[in-house]
Amino acid sequence: MEEAPRRLWTRLVPLAVALIIGGFLFAGLSLRPKDIPSVLIGKAVPDFDLPALPGRPKGLQTADLKGQISLVNVFASWCVSCRAEHPLFMKLKAQGVVPVHGLNYKDEGPAALAWLARYGDPYDRVGHDLKGRVGIDWGVYGVPETFLINAEGRIACKHIGPVMDRDLEEKLLPAIEALRRGGVAQC
Amino acid sequence: MTAELGHYALVLALSVALVQATIPLLGAWRGDSGWIGLARPAALVQCVLVMTAFGALMYAYLTSDFSVLNVAANSHSAKPLLYKISGVWGNHEGSLLLWLLILVLFGAAVAVFGGNLPAPFRARVLAVQAMIAVGFLTFVLFTSNPFERLLPAPIDGRGLNPLLQDPGLAFHPPFLYLGYVGFSMAFSFAVAALIEGRVDAAWARWVRPWTLAAWCFLTLGIALGSWWAYYELGWGGWWFWDPVENASFMPWLAGTALLHSSIVVEKRDSLKNWTVLLAILTFSLSLLGTFLVRSGVLTSVHAFATDPARGVFILAFLIVVIAGSLTLYAVRAPAMKGGGLFSPVSREGGLVLNNLLLATACATVLLGTLYPLFLDAVTGEKITVGPPFFNMTFGPLMVPLLIAMAVGPMLPWKRGDLLGALQRLKFAIAATVAALLLTLVLAFDGPWLAIPGMALGVWIIAAALEEAAHRLRLFRVPIGESMRRLLRSPRAAWGTTFAHAGAGMVIIGIVASTAWQVEKLQVLRKGESVAVGAYAFKFEGATPVAGPNYAAVRGTFRVSRNGMEVAIMQPESRNYQDPPMDTTEAAIRTGWGGDLYAVIGDPTGDGSWSTRFYNKPMIHWIWMGALFMVFGGLFSLSDRRHRVGAPARRDVLAKAAKTAASMAGK
Repeated sequence: MEEAPRRLWTRLVPLAVALIIGGFLFAGLSLRPKDIPSVLIGKAVPDFDLPALPGRPKGLQTADLKGQISLVNVFASWCVSCRAEHPLFMKLKAQGVVPVHGLNYKDEGPAALAWLARYGDPYDRVGHDLKGRVGIDWGVYGVPETFLINAEGRIACKHIGPVMDRDLEEKLLPAIEALRRGGVAQC
Repeated sequence: MTAELGHYALVLALSVALVQATIPLLGAWRGDSGWIGLARPAALVQCVLVMTAFGALMYAYLTSDFSVLNVAANSHSAKPLLYKISGVWGNHEGSLLLWLLILVLFGAAVAVFGGNLPAPFRARVLAVQAMIAVGFLTFVLFTSNPFERLLPAPIDGRGLNPLLQDPGLAFHPPFLYLGYVGFSMAFSFAVAALIEGRVDAAWARWVRPWTLAAWCFLTLGIALGSWWAYYELGWGGWWFWDPVENASFMPWLAGTALLHSSIVVEKRDSLKNWTVLLAILTFSLSLLGTFLVRSGVLTSVHAFATDPARGVFILAFLIVVIAGSLTLYAVRAPAMKGGGLFSPVSREGGLVLNNLLLATACATVLLGTLYPLFLDAVTGEKITVGPPFFNMTFGPLMVPLLIAMAVGPMLPWKRGDLLGALQRLKFAIAATVAALLLTLVLAFDGPWLAIPGMALGVWIIAAALEEAAHRLRLFRVPIGESMRRLLRSPRAAWGTTFAHAGAGMVIIGIVASTAWQVEKLQVLRKGESVAVGAYAFKFEGATPVAGPNYAAVRGTFRVSRNGMEVAIMQPESRNYQDPPMDTTEAAIRTGWGGDLYAVIGDPTGDGSWSTRFYNKPMIHWIWMGALFMVFGGLFSLSDRRHRVGAPARRDVLAKAAKTAASMAGK
């Protein structure tokens, strides 16, 4: 207890432990602990029928998601990260890759419309989920979240958090491509 | 304009910190007193600059300057003044600025009050302090600039998360940071000592007050945080073993160990290596805590908006600081020769046991916190390590620690006599047996673990009191003599008494409130009532009320016991608009016996409401105990020895430092 450990290697133990933990933390940065696999993957989208935002045509309901591949983006005007991903959806709309629908979550209608007027409206249909009841059926526990829906109206992928360039390039676009070829989306 | 001024002050602070981190260090190595002397003014200038930056951000919040992105994203013009102020640190960028502010304030404190430190040593301490500041300043400036502009400015801000709009939480982060950053002092002293290659009693005497102050702040910060969780989250719990809670608890455990081991260095010139290592580890765990909260590596309810680039930066900084200091430790540790020998049963032996158990407990919490990450990295499996793991592993480690902490202060230095110490604790033993029997009789049907649990709490408190009575020689000498002893005995010893008794109170609070809590979840209609233990809650209806920036529903409950009305409780369910969010405001009534806790939930649609009630016996003992611990720490901090003792060694050390410097020069 008195003297320092005599051998150098025993004195290096704390350093070694710290470096191992550091290595794991580094690995952890590229892992996504929030990607809790959704139980809804592969299931048909829940039954719902949401009104349009007051003053904007086209609400969103279950039937709208059948017949073609689409994205459903859960957003709100009060959500900071939604602003970060918004330009990406504007780009998707401009390129016309797949239709993007919005699920406006726990948001006041006028606030949501003002937000869309200001940052652009990339959505085809927008369902107004004022109370967040439909969000519960979808398993939404944070905003933003984005769902990829296949042509049969089943949930193929779920992305939690803002969609950034990398997520689009490495996850969503390949998954859309796979669905188009009739395969299974890996995501 | 103010925002740009703040930004500019930060850039200047970085350049000053770079100078402070290098020149004084080189000066101490070369024995150049001019370069050594640079450390003090640099620390003061750096402090003024960071204060300017912090003031600029504060000003932007107070004037609701929404052209500053940070203000627009986190504040709102309709927010009460207190939350405009606390909004400054209620977000990622601002909280880093607060971290930095506290760091430079501590640095300036060393520069101002460290007059009794040998100049080369002080220069080294301040240089290490500046290195930490460089890391955080670059982090703020390059990844998290709080002064970024937003053009055009929005008409109003987005508002602060309503959960954070609470006085308990307004002051929780500053205290936590005072604790985290306070341990940077112990770290800087340890690294400076490793560079010089000497640790002695005088070193421990300088380190102890800083560690003690940091420990008090951290204890208070954790207590405030858990209190907030208890009354604001509305779940009735106060500790959830959440990664972010653990992040603050690990430095606390290590810091508590450091506090005790530095006593051995001071009094017995022993355990030096271990103490230096602990000082490094304690601050490393503080940094790890910051990393875990900021990076989003672990899932937690507390995590701020996360950004991978920030995570990489903090991790790189973490590795440089920790690996650097531990390498220095590996190389330099042999230079520190230990002093006095001691037998296993002695005050030193007790403190070693304390350190072993606290360090193991800390390692357990670390393992449980990071295990989901390890598993995810190795196998890709997602799991959560929850309270069962921590309760199973942490509890058994605490039991021997708590038993021993009552005996430790009774043991003399060097060689003790366990039987003798126990004999001197005969009243405490009697009180413990009485508590055991009393709980057995009063709660024979309760969970059996509660019985030894209550006895353990009583044992610690009674032993702390009996130890104090021995110090006063109470009832063995005339009462006047005991009073004289009360005034003369060292305050540090009384600090121990208070803090240890506080720990006993925390134990009693935890045991009683978990073992004998009554919980009722019930759907109630107006006029109906429900029995919760000995109390009856009668629902008098719910009415809408308007707050300054929220709308709420307030339920009214008449609480009676044996037909006698004891309280009217009015919990609220609030709905905030900016940003939209629902929060619960539990109604809590604290009595001598414990807390009554009522929550009103959602209406079911047919005129009835979901409600939740708890009766939590003695739960307030947890926070009272924590306050006792903090008070004990502060009382000990006011001990004259911390201020007077150190300068006496100044000449000896200055001479030794000169010899060391000249030897290094050769």
